Amino acid sequence: MRAGFRRYSAYRQAALAGVITNSVFGLIRAATLATLFTGATRSSEYTPQQMSTYVWLGQGLLSVVLLWGGWDFAERIRTGHVAVDLYRPWDLQAALLAEEIGRAGYALALRFLPPMIIGLALSEMYLPRDPLIWLLFLISALLSVVISFSLRFMINLAAFWLLDIRGPASMYALVSNLLTGLVLPIWMFPGWAQTAIWATPFPYLLQAPIDVFVEHGSPWRLLGAQLLVTAIVLGAGRLMLRRAEHRLVVQGG
Amino acid sequence: MADTLRVYAGILHARWRIAMSYRTSFAFEITGQAIGQLTEVVVIALLFTRIRSMGGFDVTAVLLMYGFSAACFGLADTVVGQVEKLPQLIRSGELDAMLIRPLGLLPQLCLLDIQLRRLGRLLSGLLILGVAAHRAPIDWTWDRFLLVGLCTVTGAVIFSAIFVAACSISFWVVEGSELANAVTYGGTAFASYPLTIYDRILRRLMAYVLPGAFISYYPTVTLLGIRDPLGLPGWFGWLGPVVALLSCLVAGLIWRTAVRRYRGTGS
Amino acid sequence: MIIEVEGLRRTFRVSEKAGRFRRSHREVVAVQDVSFTVPEGETLGYVGPNGAGKSTTIKMLTGILVPTAGRVRVCGLDPSRQRKKLARRLGVVFGQRTQLWWDLPLLDSFELLRDIYRVGQTQYRERLDECTELLGLAEFLSTPVRQLSLGQRMRGEITAALLHDPRLLVLDEPTIGLDLESKARLRSFLAELNRTKGTTLLLTTHDLDDIEQLCRRLMVIDHGRVLADGELAGLRGSVAAERTLTVDLQEPADLSGIPGVTAIKADGPRVHLEFLPSEVSAAQLITAVAARAEIRDLAVGEASIEEVIRRLYDLRPAPQA
Repeated sequence: MRAGFRRYSAYRQAALAGVITNSVFGLIRAATLATLFTGATRSSEYTPQQMSTYVWLGQGLLSVVLLWGGWDFAERIRTGHVAVDLYRPWDLQAALLAEEIGRAGYALALRFLPPMIIGLALSEMYLPRDPLIWLLFLISALLSVVISFSLRFMINLAAFWLLDIRGPASMYALVSNLLTGLVLPIWMFPGWAQTAIWATPFPYLLQAPIDVFVEHGSPWRLLGAQLLVTAIVLGAGRLMLRRAEHRLVVQGG
Repeated sequence: MADTLRVYAGILHARWRIAMSYRTSFAFEITGQAIGQLTEVVVIALLFTRIRSMGGFDVTAVLLMYGFSAACFGLADTVVGQVEKLPQLIRSGELDAMLIRPLGLLPQLCLLDIQLRRLGRLLSGLLILGVAAHRAPIDWTWDRFLLVGLCTVTGAVIFSAIFVAACSISFWVVEGSELANAVTYGGTAFASYPLTIYDRILRRLMAYVLPGAFISYYPTVTLLGIRDPLGLPGWFGWLGPVVALLSCLVAGLIWRTAVRRYRGTGS
Repeated sequence: MIIEVEGLRRTFRVSEKAGRFRRSHREVVAVQDVSFTVPEGETLGYVGPNGAGKSTTIKMLTGILVPTAGRVRVCGLDPSRQRKKLARRLGVVFGQRTQLWWDLPLLDSFELLRDIYRVGQTQYRERLDECTELLGLAEFLSTPVRQLSLGQRMRGEITAALLHDPRLLVLDEPTIGLDLESKARLRSFLAELNRTKGTTLLLTTHDLDDIEQLCRRLMVIDHGRVLADGELAGLRGSVAAERTLTVDLQEPADLSGIPGVTAIKADGPRVHLEFLPSEVSAAQLITAVAARAEIRDLAVGEASIEEVIRRLYDLRPAPQA
């Protein structure tokens, strides 16, 4: 975990650039969504304060949860370096997860806080009064990191079977923009679509921790659902890794 | 010029042949790009289920703006989008290899690595623009046709200039590409919505520093014959060519300075 | 003269962290006071350790970098001002980066270069056929470049650099990473090219066999300065490097104590004697050996090129701080 933290803190210049990009998009999204509160129509689901928290929290969490990127492992599989990883005396999935959590910790400090500060400076944001909610948010964000890791872990593992995972990876990026609640809160979709979206793992990456923070819906129910999803995707990843190892042994790497 | 075009045709031909030999994955990439572009339309549609106007514009006007922005970005991205790769080319030394060929650096950069999959974005952008223009209550006189055509081209030129100027930063900053992204992709996102929804500072920045407003906002206002809520005259939409020319001059100057710095003239 | 360089100098500004926010700038001299000329048809090897200024010189000769000071003419042109014009008369091969299109078949790359360099169809066919035959390209002309082996790719690179029939071919580490057979093939092709067409070759290399087999002239650079420049034979003399006398004796004998001999290595009946030509001539030495034992066979060897260069480095003036 520590190694992950140290490795990623080397890229400070990249972090600064990333923060600027995230903030530009934050400004634009805040402006488009603010139109929901002007004129005759009023949005019933979020207050303006909650909406601005939603936007800036989303821009910050985006790099913590890592919605885009994170396909290095597939490259290790493609080049065959994975054999080394597999024969080390460690649990590969756990080791990669630990590194991922280290990376997320770094991102929390360098990529999450700056957009939040910008958001606080430019707009009135909803902040929970109850310290318990802050704690629950942290747990929820951690679960999001684990779910995001597990989903990408499986797509990366697909490299054992596919020559090139670019297809699935770009599909994932495409879908996640809309389904995680990054560009629009999930509650803005029509009812049937909402039900369908919450049945996928995607909203648990972003919408769930945000809703925990802005206290939209019951935080306990959201956390419970997230725990369930975490268990499923971690388990599925484990199963897939076992199949991949088997395949490697049979084919002799 | 004729030579450059010949090389251009040659590289397009070669790329097309490659794309056709991997037909499935090419189709997949094109579709992916197009879907990516269309997601934003879903966003606009969903927003308008809850609002009637955005910054004083109805859904047709907003879609038209989005259409202009998407089509112009698609065109610019296809033609000059490759400058994005500049940091990689500098690091790997491939830029040096380009400097020993008898062509300008910028044309080489744009031509030689052209990505046909970007056509997906261009086509979906044009489609959105076409549908939006078709649905809008416009009396299609010849000058309005001309305006749409002209604005698509000048808008693409403005975007291209922004691309080149923004990517020039890679000559100074190692991680320049992400900063450039903030300007280029941020610029598109910005130009996709009515100028009126942004606050004053952002608006000024967009209308005059990065001339994004001339890509979508002013053309739409002029085309629909709406009175500009910001009070600028209706003929502003026709200023595109002038703005495009100015943008090119500025971008050219920045690019030249950057390349001179790279080659070490007078530093 | 195909290359004329006079008082060439290039400095870089390096910025360093000097405190939390301050940055200090420092001038680093990469090339200083380099002067040389190369006549048409020459084969010149340009060697020096990493960071000695080789690449910087090459970049200034090809027009990639602009010199800080000094005068450069290549093919009668000013490289930095007339970059594009020069590009048509110049072929450049970089061993470690490609001129070809990674995902296109080799032949496509050639056709694109033909258009870029405006090579006429007849000349293009001629050069391509020639290279295809001499370098054995036929079997992989339609293979995408990324699938080629390094040796195959290098042959492709050389062809790419020759399509427009340049008068001067600059090769930057052309044999790096190649296996022995590929190296040999490449060297003989280049030697042939120089012999039949009179193409001037300028190559930088770490592999001294390249120099030995290809270059009549050697230029050694270190710390941005030219340490030595001349015919290989002359350089050997100037550094007073040891030569070797190898003798096969009829029966073992004690050869120690001959004046001028610096080292003796016995290998069964074969004995290697290193000697300083300035103190004893080969003939004198042979006479001295013959006086002590019966010689069955003998050979006089030159100092290895490594040895010559090592000595040049030893002799260099201390770098100025």
